[in-house]
Amino acid sequence: MATILEDSKFDPQRDLKTVGSNPVKHDGLDKVTGRAKFGADFFLPGMLFGRTLRSPHAHAIIKSIDISEAEALPGVKAVVTRDDFPDIDPGSVAGDMTRTAMAREKALFDGHPVAAVAATSEAIAKRALKLIKVDYEVLPHVIDPVDAMKPDAPILHDHIRTKGLDEPSDAPTNVTERMVSKMGDVERGFAEADVIVEREFDSKPMHQGYIEPQGCVAEYSEDGQVELWCSTQAPFVYRDRLSAILKVDAAKINVQQSELGGGFGGKTGFYPEPIAILLSKKASRPVKMVLHRTEVFRGTGPVSGTNYKIKMGCTKDGRITAAQGELIFQTGIFTGSMYFNAPNAMFTRYDLENVYIESFEVISNRPKVNSFRAPCVPQIVFGVEGVIDELARKIEMDPIDMRLKNAATEGYTTIYGETLGPIGFVETLEAAKATDHYQSPVKDGEGRGIATGFWFNRGGETSTSMNIAPDGSVTIITGTADVAGSRISIAMMAAEELGIDVDKVRITMADTNSLGFNRVTAGSRTTYSVGMTVVDNARDCISQFVKRAAEIWDVPEDAVIYENGECRPASANVGEFEPLSIADIAKQTTMSHGAVTASTSMNVTGAGPGFGLHIVDVKVDEETGRTDVTRYTVIEDAGKAIHPLQVEGQYQGGAVQGIGWALNEEYVYGEDGRLQNAGFLDYRMPVTSDVPMIDTVIVEVPNPRHPFGLRGVGEVPVVPTMAAIGNAIGDAIGVRPQSLPMSPPKLLDLIENRDG
Amino acid sequence: MAKKVHVTTTVNGDEYEYLAEAGQTLVDVLRNELELTGTKEGCSTGDCGACSVIVDGELVCSCLVLAAETDGKSVETIEGMANGDELHPLQRNFLELNGLQCGICTPGFLVAAKALLERNPDPTETEARFWLAGNLCRCTGYDKIVRSVMAAAEEMRGA
Repeated sequence: MATILEDSKFDPQRDLKTVGSNPVKHDGLDKVTGRAKFGADFFLPGMLFGRTLRSPHAHAIIKSIDISEAEALPGVKAVVTRDDFPDIDPGSVAGDMTRTAMAREKALFDGHPVAAVAATSEAIAKRALKLIKVDYEVLPHVIDPVDAMKPDAPILHDHIRTKGLDEPSDAPTNVTERMVSKMGDVERGFAEADVIVEREFDSKPMHQGYIEPQGCVAEYSEDGQVELWCSTQAPFVYRDRLSAILKVDAAKINVQQSELGGGFGGKTGFYPEPIAILLSKKASRPVKMVLHRTEVFRGTGPVSGTNYKIKMGCTKDGRITAAQGELIFQTGIFTGSMYFNAPNAMFTRYDLENVYIESFEVISNRPKVNSFRAPCVPQIVFGVEGVIDELARKIEMDPIDMRLKNAATEGYTTIYGETLGPIGFVETLEAAKATDHYQSPVKDGEGRGIATGFWFNRGGETSTSMNIAPDGSVTIITGTADVAGSRISIAMMAAEELGIDVDKVRITMADTNSLGFNRVTAGSRTTYSVGMTVVDNARDCISQFVKRAAEIWDVPEDAVIYENGECRPASANVGEFEPLSIADIAKQTTMSHGAVTASTSMNVTGAGPGFGLHIVDVKVDEETGRTDVTRYTVIEDAGKAIHPLQVEGQYQGGAVQGIGWALNEEYVYGEDGRLQNAGFLDYRMPVTSDVPMIDTVIVEVPNPRHPFGLRGVGEVPVVPTMAAIGNAIGDAIGVRPQSLPMSPPKLLDLIENRDG
Repeated sequence: MAKKVHVTTTVNGDEYEYLAEAGQTLVDVLRNELELTGTKEGCSTGDCGACSVIVDGELVCSCLVLAAETDGKSVETIEGMANGDELHPLQRNFLELNGLQCGICTPGFLVAAKALLERNPDPTETEARFWLAGNLCRCTGYDKIVRSVMAAAEEMRGA
């Protein structure tokens, strides 16, 4: 029999009862009453409180650390430093991870942890930090990635040599990798162009901005077992990475995820967790660590800043003949930015033949970057869609028509070698053209912009179990995280397949001891992948229901059919039997046969790419340079919206994160290499009064690889945002900004230069 | 050890008596001493609103209030918002209209919105947006939060 990966049994004509409706989330009640337990909400008897000492220097050799006075303070139960971490060679993945968690030979950025204290109260722990004496030898630092590429730049790591150079060099460098991505012949493509536009762009690091700081409780037992409760997008990945840097068997580390108070990619890797474990080991008591917001800004996250050039050419009738990019990504103190997503995604949605992209990843004295929705793609799409807009203006073509003229369709082979299956880009563009927003005239004094975006969507290793209770209700065990409400969508898909009410299904998010490996919840993979495994679980259970009904009726299995939550005789010839519901079968057979259960573990494939288009109207105050977003519409292909309100929420949330990124979010460093805006007051994220309602259009071009046709919807909503706003500002003021964020001082400069 | 302050207060109608350190914030006492963890701490500087509570009818960030300041006062938190098993209309509308995603900001938004509707039962969308501007949400883009608040206001006016 074909597996669900080979044949999803997707049926566009299927009569869906639950999928496509909007039931209240099962985790919602706990969240509106304050009962839901997040990372900081867990307590254990005898628990200590941990705090971290962080480097005030961007780059410094740590000559010595004296913890004796801190250890002597009453109430202090443990102090840990680099000496408590296993020694792992620099240059390996684990070596980078352990040095990210705790500075080793050198402090590499302002905010790099250098020591930590566990005490009977947070106040004592804070006092103890002041008693730790660190002897630093301050080194020259480099913050900007372009500066970090220069031959005389301070070198962060002696062992790094640039990978991917045509002529390898043995000189230490801050450039970790060069990658060339190409298809066709760009020189020929540019020769065929009637119009060519080339522009330079840059973007600053921004933070994921989750409202819940990292929080955890760790308990290390004398026999070497570790219990860890924490807020994470990746309990299994945390376990395995902790295993690698602490040198403890994975089976001895049990990670229990809490409710997740926002992640957006920023909780795919750990921060205080290994420190809390080592403090607990040393103190022989459980240790809680919750980061302060300033630590979140200084020590976690951010997103890659970029410097790049885009060159594109088209014919007079709007056919793009060539596209070229030269991209630089800052990755912080170690490699791992996932910059390669950008060359793979930046032009993908257009059926280009001639493309050449050269990408560089560069380290500098900033925290190691972490994922954020569609990692490394939106900041480059800002430039790509700006250049396409300029081409469209030059040939006087409607910007959506220009995109339609070049839209990729099923069968197009991408730059990363995938031949696209059924996709909804054309449908998305056509839906955008038909919106009231696009059909309405732009208001006087405002500007309008559009931009498009793409994300691969992901599958990956996923394990779930399904258990049928003796009363016929259903529990599902998942090992992914619920970043925004996937639990209800997963329960809905299980209920749909089983033909029962979604209220009969409950999901438990398991600890890592209870289930097989699950890959990180990221890349818009979870609702898709877990949807696959729970439908597979349901099909397995259904086959067992059929078998048990056949046994009860004493008929062959193929004489029993299952529909709408019941087994019934396949025809009148089978005999006269009352239908048996799941509850009937569970009641009658659990005692004799054991519970009906199913477990699935697979590497899910077949994720269908997603495409979106944003339309935005802005008003720019030319005296102050302030931009107000006055109207916003997101049009995006969901494949199938399992829970439409949830899907709309993804679209709206992505758009508003992008508004912040577009207009004012950035990391600001001083000459001293210290972060100057490490708080919500100075790192200003959008608030309620900054934004309008976000209109949404859900396009549904099914992905037939999935039983209900869904695609992921988490990444695409942020991809076109800054580009669309940039194009709208360009429309409003007559000059298209090329630098993110498009903050008031930058717009005032553009306006001043425009007016000469 | 520094002398502690004796505090007598009501929280959600229940009387509490405790000793607080002079510098201890209300959010610290609520969460770590009284184990009322529904109030969240997102920034400790009054910028995110996750710790919003009502003290004697005034909406405050409990990270900016000392526990000692609430001696003799009445504190309302998210845990006191529902009446037994009957949800407040704001809570119900947040659920039905999906006014929450991850849920970390939700208690703060609900408390802040309750304070708004007690002052102004018929806010315009703009008034609601400016009142709620002290509460950060990173998931929703605010659309469904504002819709939930407006729907609850309408329902409460009709009740």
